[in-house]
This record gives sequence, structure tokens and C-alpha cells, in this order.
Amino acid sequence: MSVSVQQADFDAGAEIAALAAGRDEVGAVASFVGLVRADKSAAGVGAGDSAVQAMTLEHYPGMTEKALTAIVDEARGRWDIYGVRVIHRIGRLLPGDRIVFVAVASAHRGEAFAACEFIMDYLKTRAPFWKKEETPAGGRWVDAREGDDHAAGRWATDGD
Amino acid sequence: MNVRILFFAGLREALGTGSESLALPAGIATVGALRDHLAARGEPWTALATTKNLRAAVNQQMLGLDAAVKAGDEVAFFPPVTGG
Repeated sequence: MSVSVQQADFDAGAEIAALAAGRDEVGAVASFVGLVRADKSAAGVGAGDSAVQAMTLEHYPGMTEKALTAIVDEARGRWDIYGVRVIHRIGRLLPGDRIVFVAVASAHRGEAFAACEFIMDYLKTRAPFWKKEETPAGGRWVDAREGDDHAAGRWATDGD
Repeated sequence: MNVRILFFAGLREALGTGSESLALPAGIATVGALRDHLAARGEPWTALATTKNLRAAVNQQMLGLDAAVKAGDEVAFFPPVTGG
């Protein structure tokens, strides 16, 4: 199972080991771990009322798994990669908690790095997850960032 | 046959509901027309018209507001996604 949407935490080391286990053609595994950040950018250092105390991730059951699988399939079509693992957590998470994991195994680092970044960039703009932050000032839904669209747009091909 | 309509995130909260089942009114053939039909109910449904960069999916595939809708479809409306 290459894609998981779950409340439970994950063990990045175990996931990376599993991707390469028994496959001596694998020469590289690139991975990414996203964490809940206590947002200190919005109101400067310290953050005060805008400090993120917790975050709840909502998603669209059914579509989420399909969207992630489609992104992984697209990565497999673009790069010569041997294995992919995507885990996205849902529910209530605290600053420092892991949210998302992407790992790609390939023969060489180039494909692994590129496919890993591609999957994250597409996940950010195409997978139906939404974050709601809890702050001292109340709850607020996170706004989508234009930079995420630009990041995903870098991978566009003439066929897109 | 009805269309099943889903709402997520801030839009779900604004509408006070996450889903409904609706007999597709005559003349409604696109996601955008369905959005306009719902928004015309007045408050709080106008949130469908005022949500910035409203996104939609038909049968769990993200599509534009010009996408076709027919009876039996699952149509979802939501704000831009913010996972990762």
C-alpha cells in the first residue's frame, strides 16, 4: 500500500527501510517529513495571539486516497522509480507533530529527489486536505498560498 | 436520481452542513450552475458565491465550474486545499 491517510503517527525510519528492503536495485531513497509549525511568521517573533496551539486536518474521504494515488502514478510515469510511500495524517495535531511523509526509492538520487519534491508540490495543490489552526484568538482556516501553485506549476508539461 | 452534494472546511462551517441530497433541478447541467442555484437560496448559501477561489470536484475528481453534472453524481464544493 503506497498511500495512507491516517490519524496515527508514523515511523519515518521504518518506512524508509521498508522501501528498500530486499531490493538491491535501489541506490537512493529521498524522503520528506512535514511538521506542524507554531506559526511565528504572521505576527513576528513570539507570535502572541496568532501562535498555533493545535491544528485539525480535515479531508475528503475517498477522494483523498484517489488524488494521492493519481499523484504517485504521475510521478511513476515521469521518473524511473522503484517505490513510493505517502502518509498524510488527519485529525488534531500539535506543534512539532509529524503531518506528512513522502519517500521515493530509485537507482540514483536525481530521480528520488525530483519525484519526492514533485509529489509534495502536487499534494499541496491537488489533495483535498484542509488545515484549521487553533490560536489564543480563536480558530482559523489556513489560506492557500499562491507560492504552492507556483511550486506545482514548475512541473507542468505541455500535456497538462 | 439525486445528486449528492458535499461541502468541506470553512465552507462546510459557513453553511452549517457537510452534505445534502438534491433532485437536480431542470436546466442545471454544470457545476457552476449548481453553485449558482444553491447560492440563490440566500444566507448562508451565498458563501458559495463569495468563497475566494472556490474549488469543486465531480465524482471525486477536481474539475472546473464548467464541468458537467448529471443525476447520480457526487459534487463537492470546497476552498483551495491546504494539506501537506
